[in-house]
Amino acid sequence: MTPPEPPSAGPSSGATGSPGREAGQWRKDLVEVARRRLRGGELGSASVIVALAVIWAVFESLDTSFLSPRNLSNLSVDIVGTGLIAVGVVFVLLLGEIDLSVASVSALAAAVFAAGNVRYGIPEVPAVLLALAVGAAVGAIQGFIVAKVGVPSFVVTLAGLLGWNGLTLYVFGGQGSIILDDNGLVVTLTHYYFHDVAVAYGLAAFGTAAYFLLSYRNARRRRAVGALPTRGMHEIALRTLALAAVSFAAAWTLNQFLGLPLALLIFLGFLVCLDVLLRRTTYGRRIFALGGSVEPARRAGIAVVSVRVSVFMISSTMAAIGGLFLASRITSASETASSGNLLMQAIAAAVIGGTSLFGGRGRTWSALLGILVIQSIASGMALLGIPVAVQLMITGVVLLAAVIIDTLARRTMHAHGWA
Amino acid sequence: MSTTPVLALRGICKHFGAVQALIDVDLEIHAGEVVALVGDNGAGKSSLVKVITGVGPADEGVIEWQGRTVRILQPRDARELGIAAAYQDLALCENLDVIGNLFLGREVRRLGVLNEVAMEQRTRELLNTFSLHIPDLRVPVASLSSGQRQGIAICRCLLGEPELILLDEPTASLGVQQSVQVLDYIEQLRERGLGVMLISHNLGDVKAVADRAVVLRLGRNNGFFDVTTTSQEQIVSSITGATDNAVTRRATPEWEL
Repeated sequence: MTPPEPPSAGPSSGATGSPGREAGQWRKDLVEVARRRLRGGELGSASVIVALAVIWAVFESLDTSFLSPRNLSNLSVDIVGTGLIAVGVVFVLLLGEIDLSVASVSALAAAVFAAGNVRYGIPEVPAVLLALAVGAAVGAIQGFIVAKVGVPSFVVTLAGLLGWNGLTLYVFGGQGSIILDDNGLVVTLTHYYFHDVAVAYGLAAFGTAAYFLLSYRNARRRRAVGALPTRGMHEIALRTLALAAVSFAAAWTLNQFLGLPLALLIFLGFLVCLDVLLRRTTYGRRIFALGGSVEPARRAGIAVVSVRVSVFMISSTMAAIGGLFLASRITSASETASSGNLLMQAIAAAVIGGTSLFGGRGRTWSALLGILVIQSIASGMALLGIPVAVQLMITGVVLLAAVIIDTLARRTMHAHGWA
Repeated sequence: MSTTPVLALRGICKHFGAVQALIDVDLEIHAGEVVALVGDNGAGKSSLVKVITGVGPADEGVIEWQGRTVRILQPRDARELGIAAAYQDLALCENLDVIGNLFLGREVRRLGVLNEVAMEQRTRELLNTFSLHIPDLRVPVASLSSGQRQGIAICRCLLGEPELILLDEPTASLGVQQSVQVLDYIEQLRERGLGVMLISHNLGDVKAVADRAVVLRLGRNNGFFDVTTTSQEQIVSSITGATDNAVTRRATPEWEL
């Protein structure tokens, strides 16, 4: 009953006793998790969670209404519009490209919807579809110019930023803003809450259970086909517990106020679906491959141009969807919706959340983490009555820190790769 | 060697702008044979590889696959025929793990979703047949050694059950020990009855594993040699141009005429 390998967990722990071994194994698992995650380039995600905790603690200590259900509930809706745009930005960043036109496209989509619905009386659903189609078309044009013609995406989308902004003004036709129908579908998106507490708890339970079952089944399948190294049961249990803690705490908090916001549910739905698309499908694998190195991907027979164009289409479409949510939040579409601030927030959110600017590394969840950091700072500063000027500077510092971490992570990986 | 060759090139021409990279190049590769493609820098070796793999299609000439004329215009065409290549560099996506790289472009799916388990299992089998030991298949290949990466590149070739494998300078970045291993791999490939084209600067390697050597010089054929009966000096002189075409033609065995 002696362990076959030397006890690496620590010389002080009794490696022969059964409980000691158990604890040693547990600790080894923890170390292994941390090591794998950091090596996998998730240093960004790990540090951003810490940063978020610090930010929340600081603001809560300065003003106890920060972590109040009301404020957190509002925060959870405020992040959705920009967060959806940031998810699209994650896709473009994975390719190692950039999309500077997302804010303009989001404003354009909102303008198209508002003008179509309010001014020309198109029913809401076709008007929404029209706005999304405009977004997709913009992405197709920009993506084509980047992928086929070979113009750097920075310049193409910078031109897009100006051009689509102009088109937005044209759509408004001098009318500064268009008020949306208060009872309409789009306004409902960010103003509907599931007041029944069961919905939020149910979602938390469902999410946790689904995560556990999928991980467990995967581990079982791996074990069944042979001695494939599998994610340890400890790790699965640990991750499930963490997920349960976070989701039930969130559900409880939201239920203290108005319940689960519909907008948050939709946002989470997008995050999950796009995460599956990125990490579990051939298409997603191709995006990562292209972001890593184009030539090997091309030689592996990947249709480089169509993947790139489609990614730009995803980015613009997500920007259009985000634009509709932003308009919904303020129940109007306005000329000034595409401020430079929105663009910077969307890109900063993706990067702060741990998606690499260098391509090939990132996850959809980084959009959620990043936008949470940005909105938390904004919300906390607003509570404390700190002027926007300071708020911008602090967000700038956070962004810079995130990029520095990204760069260091990349350098470490390279050092390991070619040492 | 009476059967039709797996791959036959006839009169291949390729130019980049005003530069003629390949002029009227002929080449035949049979199943179960290792053909070395040798030549000085700029002789057109890489261009010829790119013609065969569809990375840089030929301007003129005929490509015959198992006796039938085919067109290879993009990497996908070559792959569908059964041609696979391992490049000296630019072969692997640094940020993907071993499995991701092996199956890039031909992922195994289950209900529309990547079947990681099946891919991992197949990867292990493949790595085992080449006694290539990589403890963690989930690390980005950037963190592996050159030898391991070359091994992965060769394994990747084998995934699609190809009939012809092109190896571009497989030993160039390797140490002695690892080079020996790669040469062993090549012999294993021949024993499996695959056609192998070995592009190498290292005539030692060529002598060690190749059956025939095809020399390119300044974009043209400059001799076909039976490696077992030809001295290294003869091949070198053909590479450097010390022997001209007429002489080497005389030395060419009858099956090339």
